[in-house]
Amino acid sequence: MNAPLSGQLNPEAIGKSVRRTEDYRFLTGAGQYTDDINQMNQTYAVFVRSPHAHARIRSIDTSLALASPGVVAIYTGADLPAAVGGLPCGWLITSTDGTPMKEPKHPLLAQGKVRHVGDQVAIVIADTLMQAMDAAEKVEVDYDVLPAVVDTGTASKSATAVHDEAPNNVCYVWAIGDKPAVDAAFATAAHVTKLDFINNRLVPNAIETRACVATYARSDESYTLYTTSQNPHVERLLMTAFVLGLPEHKVRVIAPDVGGGFGSKIYLYAEETVCVWASKLINRPIKWTCDRSEAFLTDAHGRDHATHAELALDKDGKFLALRAQTTANMGAYLSTFASCIPTILHATLLAGQYKTPAIHCEITAVFTNTTPVDAYRGAGRPEATYLVERLVSIAAKEMNLSQGEIRRRNFITEFPYQTPVALQYDSGDYHAIMDRAEKTADVTGFATRKALSVKNGKLRGLGYSSYIEACGIAPSNIAGALGARAGLFEAGEVRVHPTGKVTVFTGSHSHGQGHETTFAQVVADRLGIPMADIDIQHGDTGKVLFGMGTYGSRSLAVGGTAIVKAVDKVIAKGKKIAAHLLEASDNDIEFKDGKFSIAGTDKNIPFAQVALTAYVPHNFPLDKLEPGLNENAFYDPTNFTFPAGTYICEVEVDPGTGQTKIERWTAVDDFGNIVNPMIVEGQVHGGLAQGIGQALLEGAVYDQETGQLLTASFMDYAMPRAADLPNFTVETTCTPCTHNPLGVKGCGEAGAIGAPPALISAICDAIGVRDIKMPATPHRVWAAMQSATA
Amino acid sequence: MGIPISLTINGKATSADDDPRTLLVDLIRGQMRLTGTHVGCDTAQCGACTVHVNGRAVKSCNMLVAQVNGATIVTIEGLAKADGEMHPMQAAFKECHGLQCGFCTPGFVMSAVELSGKLTNPTDQQIRESLDGNICRCTGYHNIVKSVKMGLENMKGAPA
Repeated sequence: MNAPLSGQLNPEAIGKSVRRTEDYRFLTGAGQYTDDINQMNQTYAVFVRSPHAHARIRSIDTSLALASPGVVAIYTGADLPAAVGGLPCGWLITSTDGTPMKEPKHPLLAQGKVRHVGDQVAIVIADTLMQAMDAAEKVEVDYDVLPAVVDTGTASKSATAVHDEAPNNVCYVWAIGDKPAVDAAFATAAHVTKLDFINNRLVPNAIETRACVATYARSDESYTLYTTSQNPHVERLLMTAFVLGLPEHKVRVIAPDVGGGFGSKIYLYAEETVCVWASKLINRPIKWTCDRSEAFLTDAHGRDHATHAELALDKDGKFLALRAQTTANMGAYLSTFASCIPTILHATLLAGQYKTPAIHCEITAVFTNTTPVDAYRGAGRPEATYLVERLVSIAAKEMNLSQGEIRRRNFITEFPYQTPVALQYDSGDYHAIMDRAEKTADVTGFATRKALSVKNGKLRGLGYSSYIEACGIAPSNIAGALGARAGLFEAGEVRVHPTGKVTVFTGSHSHGQGHETTFAQVVADRLGIPMADIDIQHGDTGKVLFGMGTYGSRSLAVGGTAIVKAVDKVIAKGKKIAAHLLEASDNDIEFKDGKFSIAGTDKNIPFAQVALTAYVPHNFPLDKLEPGLNENAFYDPTNFTFPAGTYICEVEVDPGTGQTKIERWTAVDDFGNIVNPMIVEGQVHGGLAQGIGQALLEGAVYDQETGQLLTASFMDYAMPRAADLPNFTVETTCTPCTHNPLGVKGCGEAGAIGAPPALISAICDAIGVRDIKMPATPHRVWAAMQSATA
Repeated sequence: MGIPISLTINGKATSADDDPRTLLVDLIRGQMRLTGTHVGCDTAQCGACTVHVNGRAVKSCNMLVAQVNGATIVTIEGLAKADGEMHPMQAAFKECHGLQCGFCTPGFVMSAVELSGKLTNPTDQQIRESLDGNICRCTGYHNIVKSVKMGLENMKGAPA
């Protein structure tokens, strides 16, 4: 038998671009997504939705629909028992005046009023999907249409209230930072840069829409829900304990293969909750699959901030203080984590990579008659990065400093670093990132390339963005003190089978991130066994002990660490078994490359033999050790992780058409240690595409009068396509995270966080304007050029 | 109310008798239980439902079953060899990390396979423009372009 390969020779080692285990099934059509799952005797659900942004429901007549062929049942808000609660919000924000945020009820089916286009009014259940669709057309709802509140910036001044509980549409007013110190710094500043901007509302648009299959089993009074979730345990907890009042242990939630999430599949939604509730009433499985038009109207949207921000600088371009007021649109109801996005995940990031000594930010969250807004890839951090980096880019121009120089003069250089907005960065080297980015982007050659563009009748511009991200939100107790109503740990289980094969159960959820490969790589590396001997299981509350799920770039840093801790417990127990077999003391046993050995000798026992001994404990220290080899771990991080990077974007603009072409995109990120560089690069690419989408193409547009979503299909909402994007140059630097054993930081959101200000600044540089709105469509760019030269 | 039709899917002759409103993708996913073909939109924009009908890549959400009587259809399940060895385009997507969540992937692979008859030694930009009927939200397309380039190259030497 060949000795196992170790270190750099091992093609599966940490740091190698191992090709993904999960790809074969996805590439051959063998993936199992929720809509691929069918149950015997299943019915199909269609939701009747509000065509109005704001209306009182006068009456609902279901008689015609109930008589329609194949209809099994129809339920409206009036059919929900009084004990059924509304959809809960998982984070309590307390206003500066000490009052808790307004939390109006978010009913599963509208009760009395509808508050956004797409608000669910009734569920129609039939034998076939077409029968359900036909019957849904026959549900007659009489609406008394009310004026709609649509605009973020003016919602608090509207004469119309979305909820009676919030007469001025304000959910909360929250602030962070030392206002007197900030105001004092502004009073002495040599220069102040100011900017008003809208961070445009985005629609997540995972290509798999939401779906569910809910089944009630009379045999043991249990429920099984297949659903498109990033965090099935959280979904189960919220659904059972806070909404339906079902016994948590009698509900199994399975999120099988999930076709992308980007935040939108974190939340507990009405549809799957109603299907679980109704599945017992009709005693048949219910399947619901969202169509794309419904997804546009009902998946939680992202961003939608209206901001005024100011940066104070001394004469040398050193930052003295930053202040900002942001109005954040919550939409019609508070989605699961909506309240913490503009506060905890946005305002706390406003130090960026800089030593700005004083920062103050005030957030006003408002209700409007629009789709609820919650975390979308980056979640608060893209908005913070846009705020800081656009101010910095404009300030550099105003003070005649280069984009690299103004940042270098202000970079944090000593760690740990306590920011004035609550966070403590553990590690980083922002100068190293900037040096690398400028070299890779060939910034010194830009002038030559620009001259060539000019010769060709084009305009060329360069834009920078140096972002900071906070991943793996933690620890639970501090988050709890800040209003979190959930824990922020992760759980893992390592089950060693008698033959030495291993099943790992993780509370993290993979919906594109490649955990089946990365996590197996980590375990293989630590146990010294081949990846083929390791299976990663996730997404099933019936299999996995617990899990907080995947969001906020937390999976490897938090979920991976939980697995590592469980592996280490396996190794510790294995040492005791090996010591017994080798007749040595526990303390003399070493574990390396899949073998337990007596230190300093060649006497050893392979991992698989220890596993077999654990399950066939004939020669086993039964007096002091339990048989078996199966360990759990829960890991609650002591801090966030802080990835950072600098992106440099070079664009060419056609002055005749306003068309922007991205000529070069350089991304240099510090994600700490990297397990699988191929997967990390892929995550950066995907994030960049979404960030570029926000800056150049995407934007949810509502009719300001009626509250109709005008961009409600792929015909109207510009999703980035292959020809819209460039090839990316992606590189990394490394300062390991100091507080998790893998030294990893998280990479999932970086691109979406860092990209927009780099691109917008590049366009402004090219066409010679101070600012331009996102998305910078050709029309907007062209119009900005006309007014600049007018 | 049904209309009887017969067709060949992945080499197997089959017949259907369906509601005249039935879309090809619903026949494939429903009656045929070939769930590798996906539905990502309702406006024929995303391309997740792309299959080959008589050798052409088409969006199966945009055809009625009634339109494919007598047709030969290949879905993602019909690309690999009987022993499970992946088609060169599938292998290239794995090698180049051209997929993440996998949902849009079957559509991209089916579109990309069809390109082999249309493009020889394409540039990256030509590949990007040729994929305008498919949307991916995960990869940023960078690695899809690499995959398609490699897949087309490897298809040259492979038996059809």
